[in-house]
This record gives sequence, structure tokens and C-alpha cells, in this order.
Amino acid sequence: MSATSRIDSATPERSAPAGVPHLDVDPFSTEFFEDPHRIHDLLREAGPVVWLEKWAVYGVARYAEVHGVLNDPLTFCSSRGVGLSDFAKEKPWRPQSIILEADPPAHTRTRAVLAQVLSPTAMKGVREHFTAMATAKVDELLARGSFDAVADLAEAYPLSVFPDAMGLKQEGRENLLPYASLVFNAFGPPNQLRQKAIERSAPHQAYVAAQCQRENLTPGGFGACIHARADAGDITAEEAPLLVRSLLSAGLDTTVNGIGAAVYCLARFPDQLARLRSDPTLARNAFEEAIRFESPVQTFFRTTTREVELAGHRIGEGEKVLMFLGAANRDPRRWENPDRYDVTRRTSGHVGFGSGIHMCVGQLLARVEGEVMLAAIARKVASIEITGPVKRRYNNTLRGLESLPITISPA
Amino acid sequence: MPNITFVHPDGRAQRIDASDGESAMQTATRHDVSGILAECGGNAMCATCHVYVDEGWLARPPAMGDDEDALLDGAAAERRANSRLSCQINLAADLDGLILNLPDRQL
Ligand code: HEM
Ligand code: FES
Repeated sequence: MSATSRIDSATPERSAPAGVPHLDVDPFSTEFFEDPHRIHDLLREAGPVVWLEKWAVYGVARYAEVHGVLNDPLTFCSSRGVGLSDFAKEKPWRPQSIILEADPPAHTRTRAVLAQVLSPTAMKGVREHFTAMATAKVDELLARGSFDAVADLAEAYPLSVFPDAMGLKQEGRENLLPYASLVFNAFGPPNQLRQKAIERSAPHQAYVAAQCQRENLTPGGFGACIHARADAGDITAEEAPLLVRSLLSAGLDTTVNGIGAAVYCLARFPDQLARLRSDPTLARNAFEEAIRFESPVQTFFRTTTREVELAGHRIGEGEKVLMFLGAANRDPRRWENPDRYDVTRRTSGHVGFGSGIHMCVGQLLARVEGEVMLAAIARKVASIEITGPVKRRYNNTLRGLESLPITISPA
Repeated sequence: MPNITFVHPDGRAQRIDASDGESAMQTATRHDVSGILAECGGNAMCATCHVYVDEGWLARPPAMGDDEDALLDGAAAERRANSRLSCQINLAADLDGLILNLPDRQL
């Protein structure tokens, strides 16, 4: 990596800061997607704050700084977008999120609504059904023996529970994954992945906008629960569909990649599958550890609201700061043997779901899905063998696979 | 440096040292106290750091926020009048000697 002070031609108005290590790595390139760990290490070791020349942004990759930025939302705000695009300078590609891309006090109100809709109490209502569906899925896959763990398990299982839990109609569900892929690509820079996704977005956007309306959501689902909060006066009738949209954007592809990560871990580390099988109550932690280990959501940006000193470096107002959640989750300053997948690790404190006021509001739902799926595997599956080429899926924010051919055998 | 005691459901008492400014949950996870899961890392979002404050200490911990109150309703173990989330109890000097009882489950 060069340490030159070249200023990227795409952003000539931004001068490169002195004193901050400059790196010319592109965290939104296929090279990076194929092997982020080597570059994460470079970013962490270069310093607590780095300057990424390619996109003219600051970056933090150590646990302490990532955690610190996440927990100072007044200085490092979300309302100017949590992608590269600065909403103060550029129009958002879709109407701005009223939770993810909001700051207190506006965020506090919308957040309270989703936190209640997805509360521990609400989870008790879905758990039994989610467990039955996971058990049936694993039985079906055991009968097949060989299959693609991405399409047939990591995608198929969340698709069999989440849209119903939301209260969506059957028709059009094939738009859900492309829409989510678009949302997470759009947080990235204006590269081909983002541009292509936005060009093709019209039908997916139209589908999602329609499903967010009250009349399209079955009573009892999470979507209807959000609309009910508008009746109670906690949000306006205009805000309710936007909060439904947040769950449709963030609630499916994330768990697909989370469950995919867990299965990929168990396939690669048979000793950990054996440990899990010997004690299926480890299922929940095995899922959590996969979130730390693979970090399905790799990055988010913040924008500085004032001049601030971060780890000894002065950062001006209106600067984008890129947080490498995946690098923080493997920072040797914070984790013992960070590159080891260990189903018994104490995972508390990982930032795979973020941290602070924006920490994933759907984390309990994600954990239910992950836990019950891994528990079914722990009880029923003796071995997982990778039987073909493993292909990576490229997305500006999400880390996961395109294809994982495996063969499983019954316990 | 304050120290605090976690009492497990089987009656076993675990006395540990806390660092200044830490929450009771952070102290517990640092010392690997088995009855505290703390899945959300202290953000008052998971209710897996639930404790029962020992009778003699009820008046001391900081007042409960709305988030904490709502979450405790969904805690896995029975909610009682002395239920708290240990991530919301910051260990100021006046909590030296605090006794927290662990529930029989967090999930
Ligand atoms: C393994 C699965 C998941 C991962 C890794 C994940 C990751 C994240 C992360 C890192 C954030 C923080 C964003 C920030 O700080 O700017 C977040 C926020 C969010 N997540 Fe998740 N998530 C997952 C599942 C879900 C599910 C299942 C839902 C909905 C049902 C959901 C809905 C949301 C929403 C609405 C936010 C915004 C919260 C706010 O801004 O206050 N997520 N998620
Ligand atoms: S650690 Fe999650 S609520 Fe306390």
C-alpha cells in the first residue's frame, strides 16, 4: 500500500489530511470482498484512524475506535446518511430512513416503536413456529443429502418465516432479496455495484412501497403492529409505512447472510460442529460467534457534525467516517485468537449488530432465527461436507456467499 | 475499587472486583460470571443481563429508565419488584459491596 498524498480525482475538493496514515485500498472492490482479512489487518495496524484515498474518507478499523464512534451519535451522526453519500450535499436515492438515517430526538421516537414491535415479549410469540419450520427444513434437507446451503438453506429458511411474520402477501415476494441487495449496495460508493443496482431498482421499489401500506399487511404481523402504533399516536400515518420499509430492507438479507455465515463456519470447522452437537444449548452462541467471525454487515458510515479529535487526530466538520465492523470484530486488541471460530467464546460486546443507539433493532429476531436453525442442525446433522466450489457474492455492505454446495449426513 | 457479589441460583456467591465506571454487567462478563449473558453488550436491548438486587441494596442503584422497564417485562425469568438489568447499574463508589442475585435463566 502506498503512503502517497494523492488526492482522488473524483473528489478534487477534498484535501488529504496530514498526519493520518493514507491507504489506497478500496474496501468496495472484488479484491477486498474475496479476502477482507488481510486488508483489515493492514487498516488496523496502520493506525487508529486512517485516510482512504480512493473515496476521500476517514476509516476506523480497531475495536476501540469503532465502538467509540458508534457510541457518540451527536458527533458522528446518521442523518446525513450511513453510506458514502452525504445527504447534506446529495439527494438520497430513496426517501431517507426515519430510523437508520435519523438522529435524536427524531430517532428516539421511531426507535421506541420498532423496539416494542420486536421486543423480547414479541419474540415469545414467533419462537415456536420458527422452531417448527427450522426442524422441518433440516429434515427436508437431510432427505435430499446434497444441496446448495445458500439458496436451499440460508435463503430458504428466512424466506419461509420472515415474510409471513411481517404479514406480507404471497405475490411478489421474489422482490425482497433483490430489494435488500440494492439497499445494502447503495450504502457504498458510486461503483458499478451501486449504479447497476439503482438502475434496476424501479420494480423492486414499487413492490416494497406497496407492501408497506396498511391494506397489504395481514393483521397480527409486525407490519400491522407498526400501523397500530400510528393509531395510538406514537407515529404519524405517513411514518408507519416508512418503518415497515425499514424492516423489509434490513430484516431478510441480513439473516440470510448470518445463517449462511454460521453454516459455512460449521462446514469449515468440524471440531466446532462436534462441540455444538455435544451440547445443542450452544446453538445461540454458535450463531452469535458466526456474526462476530464473518460480520455479515461489514461497514457503515457516519458524518461528523463538528470538528472533533479522534485518537489524537483532528477531523473537520462534515467528514465521512467509515467504520469497519468486521475488522473491529477480529481486532487482537479486543479478542483472544480473533481468527478462531469458537462456539464457546464469550461474544458479548462484538459490533456485528452495531452498538449504541442504532444497534440493530431486529437483533432478537435474528437470534431466534439463527438459534433455532443451529439447534435443529445440532440435533439432527452428524456431518457437513463442502462438495464443490464456494462462490462469494459481491455487495458493498453485506458479506456472504453466492453458492456453498454441501452434503450433510443424519445423526 | 468497589467489589460486588453475584449469588447464583444454587446459593453459590461469587465476589469480584469492579473497575471504576464499569457497569455490573461489564464486571460480570470480565470475570466470566456464568449467569450473565449480555447479548446486546450493554445497550439495554436484550434483557439477558437480568439480576435481582439484594433487599438491603434496593435504594442505591440509579433509577430505572423507560427502556429498561419495558425490557424487563420480556425477561426470561420471572420479573420481581427488585428486578434490574445489570448493564444499567453503573458501579459508583457507594455501591461497594453490592449483592446481586442471578435468575435461574436468561433465555
Ligand atoms: C444477522 C442479522 C443482522 C445483522 C448482522 C444486522 C446488523 C445491523 C447493524 C450493524 C445495524 C446498525 C446500523 C448503524 O449503526 O447505522 C443494524 C440496524 C438495524 N437493523 Fe439489523 N441486522 C440484522 C438483522 C436485522 C433484522 C432481522 C431486522 C428487522 C427485522 C433488522 C432491522 C434493523 C433496523 C431497522 C436497524 C436500524 C436501527 C436504528 O437505526 O436504530 N436487522 N442492523
Ligand atoms: S446487556 Fe443487553 S440489556 Fe443488558
